[in-house]
Amino acid sequence: MAPVSTDRAAAPRIPGWVAGAVLIVALAALPAVVPRYWIYFAGLLGINIIAIHGLNIMTGYTGLLSLGHAAFVGVGAYTVALAQSRLGLPFYLAIPLAGVAAAVMGVGFGLPSLRIRGLYLVIATLAAQFILNFVFVHWQSVTNGDAGLTVQPAILFGYPLNNETRAYYLILFCDVIATVFAINVIRSRVGRAFIAVRERDRTAEVLGVRIVWYKFVAFALGSFYAGVAGGLLAYFNQFVNPEQFGLLLSVFFLSAVIVGGMGSILGAILGAVFMTLLPELLRGGALGIGNTFGFDVSLILVPLRETVFGLLIVGFLILEPRGLARLWKRAAEHLPFGRDRHHPPGSASGAGRQ
Amino acid sequence: MNPMVMFAEYSAVGIAAGGIYALIALGTVVIFKSSQTFNFAMGEMMMLSAYFFYTAAVTFALGPILGMAAALLASVAMVLVIERLALRPMMGRPFIATVMVTFGIGSIIRGLVGMVWGPSDLQIPAILARSPVIVGGLFIPGKTARAFAIAVAIVGALIAFLRYSRAGIALRAAAADQITAYSMGIDVRRVVAFSWIIAAITGCISGVLMANVNSLTPSLGLVALNVLAVIILGGMNSIGGVLVAGLLIGWLEAVTGWMLGTEFREITPYVLALLILLIRPAGLFGSTEVERI
Repeated sequence: MAPVSTDRAAAPRIPGWVAGAVLIVALAALPAVVPRYWIYFAGLLGINIIAIHGLNIMTGYTGLLSLGHAAFVGVGAYTVALAQSRLGLPFYLAIPLAGVAAAVMGVGFGLPSLRIRGLYLVIATLAAQFILNFVFVHWQSVTNGDAGLTVQPAILFGYPLNNETRAYYLILFCDVIATVFAINVIRSRVGRAFIAVRERDRTAEVLGVRIVWYKFVAFALGSFYAGVAGGLLAYFNQFVNPEQFGLLLSVFFLSAVIVGGMGSILGAILGAVFMTLLPELLRGGALGIGNTFGFDVSLILVPLRETVFGLLIVGFLILEPRGLARLWKRAAEHLPFGRDRHHPPGSASGAGRQ
Repeated sequence: MNPMVMFAEYSAVGIAAGGIYALIALGTVVIFKSSQTFNFAMGEMMMLSAYFFYTAAVTFALGPILGMAAALLASVAMVLVIERLALRPMMGRPFIATVMVTFGIGSIIRGLVGMVWGPSDLQIPAILARSPVIVGGLFIPGKTARAFAIAVAIVGALIAFLRYSRAGIALRAAAADQITAYSMGIDVRRVVAFSWIIAAITGCISGVLMANVNSLTPSLGLVALNVLAVIILGGMNSIGGVLVAGLLIGWLEAVTGWMLGTEFREITPYVLALLILLIRPAGLFGSTEVERI
């Protein structure tokens, strides 16, 4: 008599990399199929995914909460704007430079508190949020203050990436690299050290994991991702100003990591998709209600966002701390793809606790 | 004017403003001591309380005294709902997860206030006289000086209460050792809820005072994030340290504002917090709770 589980095991399995390749081909074909307005959103989503991968590495995998992620994205964006106008660097040098600048900045703010447990790093990142935004606004001679800086489109072999569709391919390319790199880091010795630091830092240290070093690496890597996302954002909007990188954006990134599922690459992507679409849905819903009942809702759109982001953070942390990734896996148990061979569904894996 | 006199005057104004910081910080420290939860929503709770006061005193025309009573009741009710719905389910979960929950609560309150009351300035009824106070030849704006006096009185009453009342002793016992407190018959859950009520009261009073000295906008809550620096400087679990640090930060803000320009006021507390993290992470008076790893 066969055990119940065999009929599931007999279902055809599609390896992860095949599913990934199919997804990439589909995404590359997307501009041929959907309207340009959607491509704008897809580009924005791609940028958010990179930033959220970064925060997920820090907060989700290593347990280092950052409330200043938006400011590090801002550092990347300003780096690109300045590298282009002052140094004349092409995008393939400016974007990595944006990542490095954000990583250096992140480590600068984070270093004093990475050696202490608890709340201190959170406060240091909040300080980074406000201090960096202050610099963006008040360092007039470099950042041009509230008026901001304009950015020329990236140029690839003399071919300017000057509309949504062309920029979309650059973003898609960066997304593939960022995601594949994140998956491989997490699978490596380094990624296991991140998780060990998050779960049981004392035990990790006894076992020979250099905690402070791995916290440092996670913080630098997460900030690097933020900087790259900021650099892409600068090329995408062709404009940088301080208002884009306020506290609300940091709350947005944190919501995305929590909603998607902390400590899950899939979760970061799902969280990014959900949170990028959400403001549009909220806007559509609020405008619809406003038009029906005849009042102006444009003033409440930003506070409505703040409320909903906060509700998502609180709700998911209490009710489903593993986020959408967990819900997705549960749903995928009934489908041939998405099943994880290493961790059969239902088994408690270390990743995604907390 | 003589720069020394100017300096003394700015210092006096700053220290007076620091009194409110100390009051807000006290609420945060009481929660931290009772439940090891750091409440990032303290500023927003304070701001919402000031809006409660505005609604009771102006919209419902209850006047300042009944309005204050109504605001206190509403603040306590709000905090009990928050504690029951959002924080009790988080008991026993990782510290950082609870911090994120309080941060989310802050975002919810900020948004709700923006939707209900709108982003513009509101004028709340003046409960503090405007006439300047002159102390030893120094000229201090009337509202700031009176707000300071009220803050000092409340802080004093609160410290006496924590020291001598049964509830205060239970709170300190639970803070010192939760398990022992449990086994001695102290209901730690009630103690935690009680510490949130204390925070609601200090938040409500400081919110109304702040809205009187400045004006009432949704960004009032963000001003209170400065208090984080106070708490770091004072030492997370030291009430005395936090009081001194509150005055010190108020003073420093006023003096940097005077010497470097007012825009530098807003980042002074954060720069200071980073410096403290670098030099002395336990704060001025904190016990060795800071764990190096």
